[in-house]
Amino acid sequence: MTQAEKERRFQEKIDKEIKIEPNDWMPDEYRQTLVRQISQHAHSEIVGMLPEGNWITRAPNLRRKAVLLAKVQDEAGHGLYLYSAVETLGTSREQTIDDLHSGKAKYSSIFNYPALTWADIGAIGWLVDGAAIMNQVALCRTSYGPYARAMVKICKEESFHQRQGYESLMKLCSGTPQQKAMAQDAMNRFWWPALMMFGPSDAASTHSDQSIKWKIKRFTNDELRQSFVDATVEQAQILGLTIPDPNLKWNEERGHYDFSEINWDEFWQVVKGNGPCNKERLAARVKAKEEGMWVREAATAFAKKRAMKQSA
Amino acid sequence: MQQPALFEYVLRIADDSLILGQRLGEWCGHGPILEEDIAMTNIALDLIGQSISLYDFAAELEGTGKNHDQLAYLRYENEYKNILLVEQPNGDFAMTILRQFFFDAFRLPFYEALMQSPVAQLAAVAAKSVKETRYHLKHTSEWVIRMGDGTDESHQRAQSAIDHLWRYTNELFYENEVDQTLQAEGKVPALSAIRTQWLSTVTNVLSEATLQIPTNDWKFDGGREGRHSEHMGYILSDLQYMQRAYPNMEW
Ligand SMILES: [Fe+2]
Ligand SMILES: [Fe+2]
Repeated sequence: MTQAEKERRFQEKIDKEIKIEPNDWMPDEYRQTLVRQISQHAHSEIVGMLPEGNWITRAPNLRRKAVLLAKVQDEAGHGLYLYSAVETLGTSREQTIDDLHSGKAKYSSIFNYPALTWADIGAIGWLVDGAAIMNQVALCRTSYGPYARAMVKICKEESFHQRQGYESLMKLCSGTPQQKAMAQDAMNRFWWPALMMFGPSDAASTHSDQSIKWKIKRFTNDELRQSFVDATVEQAQILGLTIPDPNLKWNEERGHYDFSEINWDEFWQVVKGNGPCNKERLAARVKAKEEGMWVREAATAFAKKRAMKQSA
Repeated sequence: MQQPALFEYVLRIADDSLILGQRLGEWCGHGPILEEDIAMTNIALDLIGQSISLYDFAAELEGTGKNHDQLAYLRYENEYKNILLVEQPNGDFAMTILRQFFFDAFRLPFYEALMQSPVAQLAAVAAKSVKETRYHLKHTSEWVIRMGDGTDESHQRAQSAIDHLWRYTNELFYENEVDQTLQAEGKVPALSAIRTQWLSTVTNVLSEATLQIPTNDWKFDGGREGRHSEHMGYILSDLQYMQRAYPNMEW
């Protein structure tokens, strides 16, 4: 079969909504795009454990401490599923993680912002997991089978996280003025970075068209961002929080909310590594890997010894 | 208070769980392997869950209308009755695992015995926790063996963790008049019998791991009487930060 024929058949499958599975033929570029996207997603889960993990020892009561522990544990689980999905494409977890540590692979920029107060933990659940769900629900129908199936599992847990985050902010917003102010401050700091989670605008996005044709993505960055804004405005109103955008306004004609232009300069700065916590986040991951080296070596050495004993 | 000895006894178990859970929570996101991040969080979660049930019961015994959070968060350092072992810093992965292993090897026979208590609330917490603890002990035992019989480095790290932590293990079996009162009433098990089971688990696992039981017999205690190590104040400043900085608020 010629290359062109293979490509034609591949696209035919995609058009017929038949999932691509690990052993199926796929164009190199499709494979690379998936490896890049899924590993970026996996790294986001893992790096995302850091700002929230920071608050576990300081959670204000035992129930919140348990909920936060469980959430961060879920995120680690998501990382595991996704690293496994990358492995089905022929890239090992080790390699994928090395690419993160060398700076070659990216993760969601949102986690380069600091979690400064307890309200930030609520805001992260509500806005960050909320924005993640917007992306991920669409990915449950992505064309690559293992990725789509991982997403179905993950989405259920993410929507649970979002509800818990919202409920936690609800408590603050119906509490003392000091608590309410803490919630508003978190909203002010997380709103724009949350909108940035959908990536560059469609006009500036380099990978979008081909990804849509391959049905890796079903919606463009701007479409998803708009859905998120539309879904979130009312939730903010119920909390009694003000969204920090003077131009946020319902547009009858479009049937959507209008909102201000994102500060793209800030966006690209953070992507390039100049966000408030980029250095700290990466350093924490590199340190965990280096300090854990002897543990992994011990596990390998032990497994080998046992296997030898068994065969002896 | 009607039953001060029982109140004190319940607090001890609750504080051991809470402080160890708090320590494990510090690992979150920094574990040597993703699977271990998940496992340590899991153990922390179980311990925090146990502490909630126990503080609920303690609050009921105290009878002043407090809830579990007020007991967990709003006492002074010398009112916490956990043993020194659980407040020791995480150190490296070997230190954390060995600390957990010594504790689990105690907790399993302890909960098994406590299930027989005529105090229904204690028996219920023990019955629920015994399953969790069995899993924790299995997990930590496997790691002790893996580290001991792994590489030279892991063996040496595990051995130095044992040598360091051994001095704190005697306090697992600390008894005072609280125990004497409750044991006389037939409500709680004698810790001497549990010590025998603990030593047998420890001996078996360490021997399979090719690790040595230390010969030093330093015996640190004080935790059960509210005298802690220097680490405790720092643990409480994190734990209590929100409750102290924003008093009387709901979260
Ligand atoms: Fe997640
Ligand atoms: Fe999440």
